[in-house]
Amino acid sequence: MSAQSGGAQSGSAQPASGRGLGVRFRATAGSEWIKFRSLRSGPASLLAAAVLVLVGAWLLTWGYRSDWGRMSAADRTSFDPVYTSLRGIELAQLLVGALGVTTVTGEYTSGLVRGTFVATPQRVQVLAVQAAVFTAVVWTWCTALSFAALLLGQGLLTGPVPHVGLGDPGVLTAAFGGGLYLTLVGLFGLFTGLLVRRTPAALAVLFGILTVAPLIASMLPGRLGANLAEFIPGSAGEQAWKLPHTGPYTLGPWQGLGVLAACVAATAAAGLVLLRRRDV
Amino acid sequence: MIEARGLTKVYGGRTAVDGIDFRVEPGLVTGFLGPNGAGKSTTMRMVLGLDLPSAGSVTVDGRRYQGTVWPLHEVGALLDARAVHPGRSAYNHLRSLAAANGIARGRVDEVLDLVGLASVARRRVGGFSLGMSQRLGIAGALLGDPGTLLFDEPVNGLDPDGILWIRTLMRKLAAEGRTVLVSSHLMSEMALTADHLLVIGRGRLLADTPLAELIARHSAERVEVRASDPQRMAADLRAAGAEVTVEPDGRLGVAGLDSVQIGELAAARGHVLHQLHDVTASLEEAYFRLTGASVEYRAPQPVAQESRAA
Repeated sequence: MSAQSGGAQSGSAQPASGRGLGVRFRATAGSEWIKFRSLRSGPASLLAAAVLVLVGAWLLTWGYRSDWGRMSAADRTSFDPVYTSLRGIELAQLLVGALGVTTVTGEYTSGLVRGTFVATPQRVQVLAVQAAVFTAVVWTWCTALSFAALLLGQGLLTGPVPHVGLGDPGVLTAAFGGGLYLTLVGLFGLFTGLLVRRTPAALAVLFGILTVAPLIASMLPGRLGANLAEFIPGSAGEQAWKLPHTGPYTLGPWQGLGVLAACVAATAAAGLVLLRRRDV
Repeated sequence: MIEARGLTKVYGGRTAVDGIDFRVEPGLVTGFLGPNGAGKSTTMRMVLGLDLPSAGSVTVDGRRYQGTVWPLHEVGALLDARAVHPGRSAYNHLRSLAAANGIARGRVDEVLDLVGLASVARRRVGGFSLGMSQRLGIAGALLGDPGTLLFDEPVNGLDPDGILWIRTLMRKLAAEGRTVLVSSHLMSEMALTADHLLVIGRGRLLADTPLAELIARHSAERVEVRASDPQRMAADLRAAGAEVTVEPDGRLGVAGLDSVQIGELAAARGHVLHQLHDVTASLEEAYFRLTGASVEYRAPQPVAQESRAA
């Protein structure tokens, strides 16, 4: 058309191919990848999570090694070298969860979500791709972190303190379990953000479920609390990066992750149904 | 072309848009005019598939927006200039929109040049002024070189230079055969930019008409006369069937006779005229006549109407 606004009709603004779900999906993925990359909050949160996980592994294993001689026999039997190395995850999950929340709520609170859905009216596709990009980045990074923390911890647990190798039963599962756990927590945050759409409220819901719910369960009388506690999404998911599995139902690593994954799936389903119906 | 049929939006019992029908034709700048809260933005959001209509439908070039695969090639929109992530640079903001519609990177540089933001493209938009944000929003609307453009209050926050720029741009886009819908509550701006007007008040369409026709239809034509003997002149005019008001300074406001008839009458009766001129109503007057009953939020005293008389 005109010299001022034109140039586009000559081909540069036209998509490579007019139709096809695959082409549409790739375009959405490209857009979401640029969005993820071009904000500082993503890399900053992931870097901070790395510091927490690795420093946690170093402090805890170093502490146990120096205290080993003064520990009671009961404490020595219940000692879990894997859990001890990976407990930094308990802090890092707050960062990864918050990153998931703000990935979605950041768009809603700034109003950018309107621009996103004007460019791509296929709302469910946008969220699916957003979650996929998030998963790819967070899973890769956090799995690497989990392995690094485990190996660092085992390297520091020397002498009389029990330590394990990646070849020992359940250890490889736990190493992968740590990365999967953090990824699922992040996705839980992402879809909670989609449901709630406001950053403070979504953070309150997410951290309420992850950290406050286990406290409430522990206050419940008798076996009720203990029975419930095992199925609270955060506590269930933690089974993935522990060696001995205790509790009334003794959920294994995959069963525990399954409980957490089911909660994420339910939140996602509710969020996506509302996404199609709500005005933005 | 944008076409709405019985378009309705109800928010929790409050009707924001009340069964409106309209067509926005290509090749014209169509002004979407109405007081705050009249339903302009809601209508635009429904055009873009962001708000779902409670009833009725709206299409762009015969299709629902939600079904469009590469919408930026067909429709460009500036809704809220501040609706960008403050932590992202202007360049990356536009790049992500472009990528979502398979638009080449080179086009991003083109539109940044076009709106005059090339020099600040790498700066984070959180630090942009409202005027710069408006320009960025317009750049986003032009990315896909679309045939239909929607601008919601585009001149907000722009300096006189920027206002002139956007006015020229919109006229140019329409001249290229595109469909251009611009909402505003600024009548002076609409009077300069629009060819056609949709006037909306309390969710209802009050007028769908060419700008000139709206002014002609809703203005009371008056002729202002100064004569050496106002009282005798007034009496003669009344005798000829005119309605005459006499101002304290002796000016006469005449309705019912045009300036030619008044001049001839004056000559025939031997009056000396000092001044004789037609008073054409402004868009503002026409607008107030139309929307007088449909202003949502009004001060106890109709301030706007009084200031207009001054």
